[in-house]
Amino acid sequence: MDAVFDNLDLFVDGFLTSLRIIVIAMIGSLLLGVVIAACRVSPVPPLRAFGTFWVTTFRNTPLSVVLFACAFGLPEIGINRSFFFFGVLGLVLYTSAFVCEAVRSGINSVSAGQAEAARSIGLNFSQGLRFVVLPQALRTVVPPLGSVIIAMMKNSAVVGAFGVGGDLWSTGATLTSARGLETLPVYVGGVAVGYLIITLSAGALLQLLERRVAIAR
Amino acid sequence: MQFRRTALVAALSVVALTAAACGDDAEDSAAEPTVAEAPEFEAGTTMAELAEAGSITIGTKFDQPGFGLENLEGEVEGFDVEVAKIIAGALGIAPEDITWEQTPSAVREEVLEGGEVDMVVATYTINDARKERITFAGPYYTAGQQIMVASDNDDITGPESLKDNPDAKVCSVTGSTPSEQIREYLASPDQLVLFDEYSQCADSLSNGQVDAVTTDNVILLGFVSESDGNFKLVGEQFTEEPYGIGIAKGDVAFCEFINETLQENEDAYIEAWESTAGQIEGTQTPELPEPDECV
Repeated sequence: MDAVFDNLDLFVDGFLTSLRIIVIAMIGSLLLGVVIAACRVSPVPPLRAFGTFWVTTFRNTPLSVVLFACAFGLPEIGINRSFFFFGVLGLVLYTSAFVCEAVRSGINSVSAGQAEAARSIGLNFSQGLRFVVLPQALRTVVPPLGSVIIAMMKNSAVVGAFGVGGDLWSTGATLTSARGLETLPVYVGGVAVGYLIITLSAGALLQLLERRVAIAR
Repeated sequence: MQFRRTALVAALSVVALTAAACGDDAEDSAAEPTVAEAPEFEAGTTMAELAEAGSITIGTKFDQPGFGLENLEGEVEGFDVEVAKIIAGALGIAPEDITWEQTPSAVREEVLEGGEVDMVVATYTINDARKERITFAGPYYTAGQQIMVASDNDDITGPESLKDNPDAKVCSVTGSTPSEQIREYLASPDQLVLFDEYSQCADSLSNGQVDAVTTDNVILLGFVSESDGNFKLVGEQFTEEPYGIGIAKGDVAFCEFINETLQENEDAYIEAWESTAGQIEGTQTPELPEPDECV
């Protein structure tokens, strides 16, 4: 375990970089996912088609391919941003498809009568969605959405292989390869523990959230 | 459906044909090294055990052009592979009795400590941290780190100029020695971009995402010669990286045997270079370095 404690500053740096990726990607993918879900249930056919296209594309493409397209494809068409930007972008695009489907399942769980009631008191589609359907839907989607977000946290390790560097995973690779430390303590004691800290606290927060928003039906 | 199936078959055959076509140009492999007939070794040594078994397991890279690269037939070829064959030959082991084990940088010490391989020849830079866990024979080659930029880049002229261009990005491979050694030349750690493979660095250099790529000179020369004049090397080699052959910690007899074998087979050594890494335009045939003392 000396391997971990002697290099604690490196692991902390890697942890913070990973956390930064995760927090930005979480906010981005939740917002984007809800917007896409709204498209998928909207009464406007082109929007519905767009939502379906989005989900089909990003849900069926491996994450590494999405990241590859961002990091190497976008520069080819003249978009030059930092690899951190490309990495987070890829993670957001990929995760948004899963967020969308979780949110949509929540929307479908709200009975049609609620939407009809909203319309009958004069709310239009987006008002009905915002004030009546989504607040109820989001309660039911906390558990599946939580799984999607936790999966995203672990997926963030893949981003490190696309030029971002300095995240938890690549810190492990640097220590084992270039500095010749033993693999097992570095990955189990350092890298895995780092990810566990993130995912376990996320799980605890989700449980708290679930209890807070729960309603007796 | 009929059309789709035809299209699929067509696509697959194109892939197969391309693979077959690419396989053909891997013909210029080196002449077979000499295999000693029933060599005698002192009982109890690693050499005696290996010669007795008639087979050896050797770790090498499978993704390092010029040194250890797996071709489409699944065979590894390169300078490291040929050097390993010279040593196996001196033990009376023919190339077909060698088991090649893929050993990326991160696991090289691990597989030696665990006894999964008998030796590692894998662009393995000798350094003190590694010496604490394993023993190095050799060096058999001295690599040097250099910097590659796009041909139209006049701002970066060598490692020292990276500090003057704090916005310039330098690409290398995660966990490699060059990626560690370049750090002292950087104005901030954000300048360093890390990928899994050098080919990704080269792609990023050509589409302008990074401004320079740094690693061992031979690897960079390979990219320069394939770039149609889009890449160039700048500055001098600014490090010396002696490549050694990794063996189990403390096996001095085996280490001395490897060093003697290389000294006795200098012609085979030069031929090994010329048939592999020496094929890359701009490289110079090395002289076999004086071996270090075995500890």
